[in-house]
Amino acid sequence: MSMDLDDCLALPGFFSVNGSKSTEDCNDVNEDSCPCIKNILLLDSEGNRVAVKYYSDEWPTNSAKEAFEKALFSKTQKTNARTEAEIAMFENHIIVYKFVQDLHFFVTGAEGENELILVIVLQGFFDAVGLLLRGNVDKKEALENLDLILLCLDEIVDGGVILETDANAIAGKVASHSVDAAAPLSEQTISQALATAREHLARSLLK
Amino acid sequence: MAQPLVKKDDDRDEEADYSPFLGIEKGAVLQEARVFNDPQLDPRRCSQVITKLLYLLNQGESFTKVEATEVFFSVTKLFQSKDIGLRRMVYVMIKELSPSADEVIIVTSSLMKDMTSKTDMYRANAIRVLCRITDGTLLTQIERYLKQAIVDKNPVVASAALVSGIHLLQTNPEIVKRWSNEVQEAVQSRAALVQFHALALLHQIRQNDRLAVNKLVSSLTRGSARSPLAQCLLIRYTSQVIRESANNTQTGDRPFYDFLEGCLRHKAEMVIFEAARAITELNGVTSRELTPAITVLQLFLSSSKPVLRFAAVRTLNKVAMTHPTAVTNCNIDMESLISDQNRSIATLAITTLLKTGNESSVDRLMKQITNFMSDIADEFKIVVVEAIRSLCLKFPLKHRSLMNFLSNILREEGGFEYKKAIVDSIVILIRDIPEAKETGLFHLCEFIEDCEFTYLSTQILHFLGIEGPKTSDPSKYIRYIYNRVHLENATVRAGAVSTLAKFGAMVDGLKPRIFVLLRRCLFDTDDEVRDRATLYLNTLGGDGAVVETGADVKEFLFGSLDIPLVNLENSLKNYEASEKPFDINSVPKEVKTQPLTEKKAPGKKPTGLGAPPPGPPSTVDAYEKLLSSIPQFANFGKLFKSSAPVELTEAETEYAVNVVKHIFDGHVVFQYNCTNTVPEQLLENVTVIVDASEAEEFAEVASKPLRSLPYDSPGQTFVAFEKPDGVPAVGKFSNMLRFIVKEVDPSTGEAEEDGVEDEYQLEDLEVVAADYILKVGVSNFRNAWESMGTDFERVDEYGLGPRDSLAEAVNAGTEAVPPNSRSHTCLLSGVYIGNVKVLVRLQFGLDGPKDVAMKLAVRSEDEIVSDAIHEIVASG
Repeated sequence: MSMDLDDCLALPGFFSVNGSKSTEDCNDVNEDSCPCIKNILLLDSEGNRVAVKYYSDEWPTNSAKEAFEKALFSKTQKTNARTEAEIAMFENHIIVYKFVQDLHFFVTGAEGENELILVIVLQGFFDAVGLLLRGNVDKKEALENLDLILLCLDEIVDGGVILETDANAIAGKVASHSVDAAAPLSEQTISQALATAREHLARSLLK
Repeated sequence: MAQPLVKKDDDRDEEADYSPFLGIEKGAVLQEARVFNDPQLDPRRCSQVITKLLYLLNQGESFTKVEATEVFFSVTKLFQSKDIGLRRMVYVMIKELSPSADEVIIVTSSLMKDMTSKTDMYRANAIRVLCRITDGTLLTQIERYLKQAIVDKNPVVASAALVSGIHLLQTNPEIVKRWSNEVQEAVQSRAALVQFHALALLHQIRQNDRLAVNKLVSSLTRGSARSPLAQCLLIRYTSQVIRESANNTQTGDRPFYDFLEGCLRHKAEMVIFEAARAITELNGVTSRELTPAITVLQLFLSSSKPVLRFAAVRTLNKVAMTHPTAVTNCNIDMESLISDQNRSIATLAITTLLKTGNESSVDRLMKQITNFMSDIADEFKIVVVEAIRSLCLKFPLKHRSLMNFLSNILREEGGFEYKKAIVDSIVILIRDIPEAKETGLFHLCEFIEDCEFTYLSTQILHFLGIEGPKTSDPSKYIRYIYNRVHLENATVRAGAVSTLAKFGAMVDGLKPRIFVLLRRCLFDTDDEVRDRATLYLNTLGGDGAVVETGADVKEFLFGSLDIPLVNLENSLKNYEASEKPFDINSVPKEVKTQPLTEKKAPGKKPTGLGAPPPGPPSTVDAYEKLLSSIPQFANFGKLFKSSAPVELTEAETEYAVNVVKHIFDGHVVFQYNCTNTVPEQLLENVTVIVDASEAEEFAEVASKPLRSLPYDSPGQTFVAFEKPDGVPAVGKFSNMLRFIVKEVDPSTGEAEEDGVEDEYQLEDLEVVAADYILKVGVSNFRNAWESMGTDFERVDEYGLGPRDSLAEAVNAGTEAVPPNSRSHTCLLSGVYIGNVKVLVRLQFGLDGPKDVAMKLAVRSEDEIVSDAIHEIVASG
């Protein structure tokens, strides 16, 4: 059919023509191929920011970001995401989230994203923070070690592309940096060993 | 580990809101940042200050240009320190500050030094930072190091280089494409994530080369990807290959299906799900292919993890649209999900059940849903309402219970969008199920008795005015309508008056009563209400005897305004008060489509080659102005229609040309939009030589060459043809771009004196009958259809031959066709050349297993036109 009439559909009365949905992916990552993270959020129990990182320009201004965080927080705060990660559809995004103490962890992806990929990113972030804070995962501890949290975000995702999802690897990369390079080599290894030992102890106590 | 940034108070436990950043203030932190300039750096203190700066940025604080520059310069001083922790923070800080090009130079050498450092962490991070902030010129300098890094022994370094490559491919594709060999090597890496990143980059480099992607997939599917993420990518690429090769393999086995099925037995849930989803999305998937995927998804439904349940139910929900029977096996698991804690999962389960359920299970389901509706949010309720609407259309016999359900929820609390969804559903059911009409209208009447939304009230009143008079007992609606005149705001009152008038016009028996009511409205406090009442009383002859309503009055009351309101508004704005009255016929009827302006983010646009810059604005007004400004075309009369641009060149050629066809009554003008994509060339005297030997009725009358076409700034050249007046002449034209090309010195930008004449073959162009049809929106198709009458109706049936599904037969651009529907109606309206209104109703139906039949009914104001439309279809 070569008719051009096709696209001039006129709908009667109450029908409304659906606007075309734009599936905009992360700024520079090709859709339909590479999984893409739109943002990672760490909020407190009132929805305030502890640390956030956006990889997509869908929220161009700070107020747009805050509005998204507030809306997301109020939509999810009543759910029980403490034992298992939870999931929600929100403004054409898929969001997976998990809470512990007064901290709320979120990872946002595109509507068509594989939910299970998003959840491993969330789990990687969640567990890495747990390792870095030695199991004392709450807002106070997170703020006191904000440098570690920020480095942690930096190691998980780069510009929307997943960089690493293994919590031990992430925490290892972040923690190794805080060891004083000026210290003699032998001492360094000992303090590193001590740190690792403490980590393992903390984890086993938690379980 | 890092120290707390503020000394801990002993009594901090009592302080609930303790934060190391309490009372932090930008000015003070910027002052503190001066420690970066100290000759003796204190790494710990510097780290703390950077953390504070990052905290401020993270909280949404922004630095002025001056502040950012100052911070940036002092941060660069920190490269002197050997402290690893501090260096790490410096990297993050530089990325956050996103320095400008002239600032980047300051850190380039430090970063390049780190990039060749022995410490893996320095190398990895320096690459990421440098690639983030650099531009193309620097990239060629560091390219050598990046290629090395891609095959670095340390997986972190390799990944950093590969991920940076993925980003750089968007801005500097020609450079990244040179890294193929290294990337290819990295795909074989033992490190799981390196393989993932390499695969992603390699695919993006080759994605336009179908053969290469095919080769990549077939070589990798034989081995096995090491990381689940890489495996997921491979599944995506595989389904892409399957999609693209779909045409070649109509019979026999699908290539790579075995690979997808094999992935269903992978140990990572992520991979299993990716494969299952890929299988369900295959074009024309058979039930045999579907079964294994459905089986694993069914297992996920009873998982303890909400994310798995959600993923599975969401996918099954989609499958249920095309293959409802394939999903019925999961119904029991699905029903238990109705009580799921996660309401998204519950809603998806319900709507899936509504799609797969059979007639006998409807009542049971409705009972479950009624309990469920009270405790979910509006957005979920809307989804359920829409599912119930399609269920009702599927089982019209069940309309009574479903309509009852809708009217019950209509009475409950709810926001506007939710109420609108219910009202829309009832209206659709009334339209499509005649038996549901009276009860449906009655429910709507009850609803407006107590409706807080003006918009819905007026819409329902309007709808009542059209449908109400045609019912067996129109008088019973009068009470509801007249109550609105008493109780509502002015907008609704005015709407009610119009509705009353419609009843009066259609039902002669009610006229005396309507007149009484309308006369009462003459004393309303609102102008609009009074004006309408007066107008209707006069047109219906309310001051005298009861007379038969004239056809023109009916047309006035029920006819639709066939002019887009936007255009009318513009014309009225431009109208200057004068002797000459405003002529409504002068308003353009063409529906303006929003030009697809570049929605993409800046910087996303490929540099140099590639995407041609957008042509001039494609709105009618702009075209009209442009054409009337050219003296040769000034006497062609009123522009009837301008087509959308048709590309005459392939993408990424030296010269990009597209053409817009402007149709006049007796002429056709081709507007060639040309773009020169070669920086070293200046084109002059650009014309298009058109050979119209295959278009007999056309004769070239004028052309307007383009004097000069510099690099990357589009220009237009025109060619005009004469054709018989008002006749929809068709034909094929071949085009040749002719120009004088002059070399341009890229350094000075000056063109050489002498040029060479050259030609460039363009693709052929056709003028088809569709060019003579203008799309015009009709707000109420049914009314327009009925008022057109059957005088010049032409109906015929066509077999469209075997098609896989209806969606394939019905051209895209009309309306999404639900994949499982057996029939589809599509309504079209337009104006044929010579201002003849045409309405078309196309009905598609599945005839037998795969055959699609189309019934085409055309009504127009002219017999010849109706026939012409049929001819177009028959030959198209």
